[in-house]
Amino acid sequence: MLYAIKIAWRYLTASKAQTGLLVAGVATGVFVFIFMSALIGGLAVYLVQQTVGDISHVTLEAPSRDAGLLLPEGVEAQLVQQKARGQRDTLRSAEAFLPAISAMAGVKAVSPQIVGNGFVIRGQSRAPVSVTGVEPDKVSAIADLQSRLIAGDTVLTNNAVLVGKSLAEDLGIGVGQVIRLQSDRNVERSLVIAGIFKVGVEALDARAAFVSTATARTLFALPQGLSRVEIKLDDLNQADEFAVRLAAETGLKATPWTQGNAQLLSGLRAQANSGNLIKGFALVTIVIGVASALLLSTYRRRPEIGIMRAFGAPRGFVVAVFVLQGTLIGLLGGLLGAGLGYLALSPFPLPENITSGSLPIDVRQGAYGLAIALTTIGAILASILPARAAARVDPVSVIGQ
Amino acid sequence: MSVLVEVGDLVKTYGSGDAETRVLKGLDLVLEEGDLAALLGPSGSGKSTLLTILGTLMQPTSGRHSMLGEDLTRAGDAALTEFRNRHIGFVFQFHHLLPDFTALENVIFPTAIAQGRETAGARARGEDLLERVGLADRMDFRATQLSGGQKQRVAIARALMNQPELVLADEPTGNLDRESASQVMALIAEINQQEQTTFLISTHDEKIAAACRRQIKVVDGKTVSD
Ligand SMILES: Nc1ncnc2c1ncn2[C@@H]1O[C@H](COP(=O)(O)OP(=O)(O)OP(=O)(O)O)[C@@H](O)[C@H]1O
Ligand SMILES: [Mg+2]
Repeated sequence: MLYAIKIAWRYLTASKAQTGLLVAGVATGVFVFIFMSALIGGLAVYLVQQTVGDISHVTLEAPSRDAGLLLPEGVEAQLVQQKARGQRDTLRSAEAFLPAISAMAGVKAVSPQIVGNGFVIRGQSRAPVSVTGVEPDKVSAIADLQSRLIAGDTVLTNNAVLVGKSLAEDLGIGVGQVIRLQSDRNVERSLVIAGIFKVGVEALDARAAFVSTATARTLFALPQGLSRVEIKLDDLNQADEFAVRLAAETGLKATPWTQGNAQLLSGLRAQANSGNLIKGFALVTIVIGVASALLLSTYRRRPEIGIMRAFGAPRGFVVAVFVLQGTLIGLLGGLLGAGLGYLALSPFPLPENITSGSLPIDVRQGAYGLAIALTTIGAILASILPARAAARVDPVSVIGQ
Repeated sequence: MSVLVEVGDLVKTYGSGDAETRVLKGLDLVLEEGDLAALLGPSGSGKSTLLTILGTLMQPTSGRHSMLGEDLTRAGDAALTEFRNRHIGFVFQFHHLLPDFTALENVIFPTAIAQGRETAGARARGEDLLERVGLADRMDFRATQLSGGQKQRVAIARALMNQPELVLADEPTGNLDRESASQVMALIAEINQQEQTTFLISTHDEKIAAACRRQIKVVDGKTVSD
């Protein structure tokens, strides 16, 4: 084996220009592979961040209580089920779970909320809003309102309200001014605009109002209990598993963000698939390039191969010499391409912090190890055909020449 | 003296059907240990064909072939490859050195193949052999940097590397001038004398033939005189 490596290396270094070009070609393929990995991965991070950054990862709600059906077995019955009931689902027991949920590993923030619908009234204008009552210290736990504030602050006293920029403009109101908020329970309160935010999502900017939980309790006549608990995780990809676990442990309905975003997810999958296709083509190009170069080399070296066989080199040795050449080319090209890829991609800002308009390239997702491994395996596979052709060279056919 | 190689009733035909050429037609030959034999015969008589079969590089169409008591017509490719490596050395008309390797690396190739790497012992023997063929000052020259006669002397050193019982030489001096040719022949005779290595040398050169102790002639696919 040692001797086969020596000969393989000697063959590669004997024609430096040819080997250099081949390695450069392989490195280019590897670079494409890494670039695509980083781009597709970065796009996914960016899109998910844009979509999911300001929403709850897992939401706990009361399980829908369907009326129990008591029928003797074997009896057929026609059933009409009334889904929308006037009665509101509230979490009576959820408060007891909160400390335990907060303490779970992977939970970044827990925000118990009281939500409902209402109208903001200012003079003659009425605008429908969805009202979210949050604990004053958790205003920015789910949607980061603090950093999206364009006026005022996020201090939620009991007569304060936060609204979005579009709503404020529609109603022509600013910080410090007073509005009336009327809930669908027909409770009305006068509130002072404490802050105005702009998240960039129309549902929030035009139709949301944030108040303290205490205010929400009076607005919606809910002296105890909660409407829902929104949870943010450290890793949003864990949401599905986390929801299953939470549902099992609390008996409540736990909805991961993925359920409402099937389109985003299938889009990401399609994007990953097309990325894989391009990566696959890059690998196929590498394999074809290495195979044809080595095949040419076996043809050029036929006389030498015949002599080696005459002096007792087994077929396996000849195979090893050529497969090792393929391996070395794959490894060198892989390392070179991965190194250049890393250097070229490093200057790009991470997709979490990019300004819109620039390429969301994630240098961490370059899949360098995978690229090197697949390239080496591809180059080994590519060398098998030439190696077998070399091992079949008949010494007699070349000695006479 | 004991028998080293024995072939009997050896037949070799190339091609088939209308293109069938019968080259060896029931040839018999025995080589003793320590023989220094010339293989003569007109062009196309089958000398190279016979050497190729004796070198286990090709199987005869029919007939017996044994060496060192082993029946070589029954052995498979892997066994023959190993047998060649240990017991047979070749010198061809064209040196057939590995061009990307130095003289020394070419010489120790047969041992490196057997041992899996270039050992210090192999290198020492390779240097010895190159000294004996008068190339002590050319050991680290690439094969492409040597003259024709020098290349052929490297090829002889390579053929001797694994101390084979039999060296087959197919027109080893065919490409050399008179001076180099007689140097190469003198070297072969000296090694045959000192190490009892058996040589079978195909040649058209009367002087080379005369320098051998046996002359074997191939005519019409058979050996005629000895
Ligand atoms: N591979 C082959 N296919 C068909 N015929 C062949 C083949 N090799 C050799 N022959 C034929 O076999 C005959 C003997 O060839 P061989 O090379 O053994 O002769 P030779 O005695 O070595 O001749 P020379 O002295 O010219 O080297 C020739 O007629 C040649 O045409
Ligand atoms: Mg011949």
